Amino acid sequence: MISYLTQFIEMLGRFVTSRIDRLGLAARFAGLLLLALGVSIRRTTLIIREVYFSGVRSLSIITVSGLFVGMVLAVQGYEVLQRYGSAESLGVIVALSLVRELGPVVTALLFAGRASSAVTAEIALMRATEQLAAMDMMAVDPLSRVVAPRFLAAVFSMPFLAAIFSAAGVIGAWIIGVHLIGIDDGAFWSQMQANVDVRIDVLNGLLKSIVFGTAVGLISVFEGYFAAPTAEGIASATTRTVVISSLSVLLLDLVLTVMMFRGLS
Amino acid sequence: MTLLHGSEMIALKDVHFSYADRPILKGIDLSIKKGEIVAIMGGSGSGKTTLLGLISGRLKPQSGSVFVDGLDVPGLNKANLYGLRRRIGMLFQFGALFTDLSVFDNIAFPYREQTSLPEALIRTLVLMKLEAVGLRGARDLKPAELSGGMARRVALARAVALDPSVMLYDEPFTGLDPISVGIIGRLIKRLNRALGMTSVIVTHDINESLRLVDRVIVLSEGKIHRDMVPDDVRTTQDPFIRQFADGLPDGPVPFHYPGADYVSELFGA
Repeated sequence: MISYLTQFIEMLGRFVTSRIDRLGLAARFAGLLLLALGVSIRRTTLIIREVYFSGVRSLSIITVSGLFVGMVLAVQGYEVLQRYGSAESLGVIVALSLVRELGPVVTALLFAGRASSAVTAEIALMRATEQLAAMDMMAVDPLSRVVAPRFLAAVFSMPFLAAIFSAAGVIGAWIIGVHLIGIDDGAFWSQMQANVDVRIDVLNGLLKSIVFGTAVGLISVFEGYFAAPTAEGIASATTRTVVISSLSVLLLDLVLTVMMFRGLS
Repeated sequence: MTLLHGSEMIALKDVHFSYADRPILKGIDLSIKKGEIVAIMGGSGSGKTTLLGLISGRLKPQSGSVFVDGLDVPGLNKANLYGLRRRIGMLFQFGALFTDLSVFDNIAFPYREQTSLPEALIRTLVLMKLEAVGLRGARDLKPAELSGGMARRVALARAVALDPSVMLYDEPFTGLDPISVGIIGRLIKRLNRALGMTSVIVTHDINESLRLVDRVIVLSEGKIHRDMVPDDVRTTQDPFIRQFADGLPDGPVPFHYPGADYVSELFGA
């Protein structure tokens, strides 16, 4: 009985210390990455290439998702608003939900699944096939040549994708609200214009997505860089990227929302 | 760097290395002269590849010293280590070509990263390297479209792109057909003579390497078992080397991985 108990405590301890160990590794890695950024940021062609693969290639999924989310918001929002006789506020509700929350958060979640998982798999496979070692042997630092551009691409792409997501969402809501439900076109836009603040709403939303981009980018390159060089290792690294990225985004969103919007009114 | 032929290029003194608690190398003393081609042989897990890692500075020994071209490799900072590596070429076991780049761009990679040569000159240099390995016509292919032997030749061309003074080969013959083995062997010898390189070849292909090396170093259990010229390998009666050279399944290197007694394990103790 006692031995089972000690075994359990041992297991728990090992679990906790291994997690803390990994957190320390990630922090050290982030530090080294920060040092590598200085060299890498001047290699614009490398970054543009990664922005294309991660950002531009995500445009279709982001636009379509934004459009549909906006449409659904319009249908649900109208249902509630018309009970209070303020259906023409639909534009405000939809726009605020999108630029403050759904734009940055859903974009980050989609980005983690669409682009970051691919980055993890790519870096992990480059390590497994000794491509990173070969680079290192050619006196080229893989951290600044391979890892940093992919990280920067995530940080850079995220706010643009979030903005496009929100814009597509507003258009989706407009199609449903104005054209199908029949809300007044002028009221839809003018209410939105009057009640969405550039600094409080739009800028804070963009700030969120830059934070999410940093988190998701860091997680994806970290998991790829330290993946075990086997089929299972790469598979579990890719999964971890999506799971940890998604949870981090949701947690960070809560923290940022409290910091940005609590006590505003 | 003006080193006379015959002076020491690589020197290891009493090198100990272990992964966690598992000792791999237990006191290696090794000296390789400029221009020499040396084969390092030994069974799987005898520390051959580890030795290459130590020479290239990718691994640090727990004790002992490693000198390459007079530089104390484990003591170098990153900038100086990268400075040294510009003069070291390495051929990886499976080539390690960049799969997202074409053959041409793979070989152009070291020039583009390490030099500021104009693109026209880089093109000339790349085509010269490709011609040397007989693959000028394959320059637009992707690594995935190459056979194993071709990929190894491209990797060789890339490794010697910056005309290194030291070449390290990690199992250059593994997984190749006999024709490719012959081609790679001949290329190693030719490049070595043409560029005056010092070459270290980690291999277990005895027949091919005896044809091209000046010296054979046999590792066993983390130590240098023998250091001999190729002719001695052919005639020696050393049981370990005979087992290795003739491919005998059992001998000083046991066929069975250590385990409990067979009979007692099958029928219970």
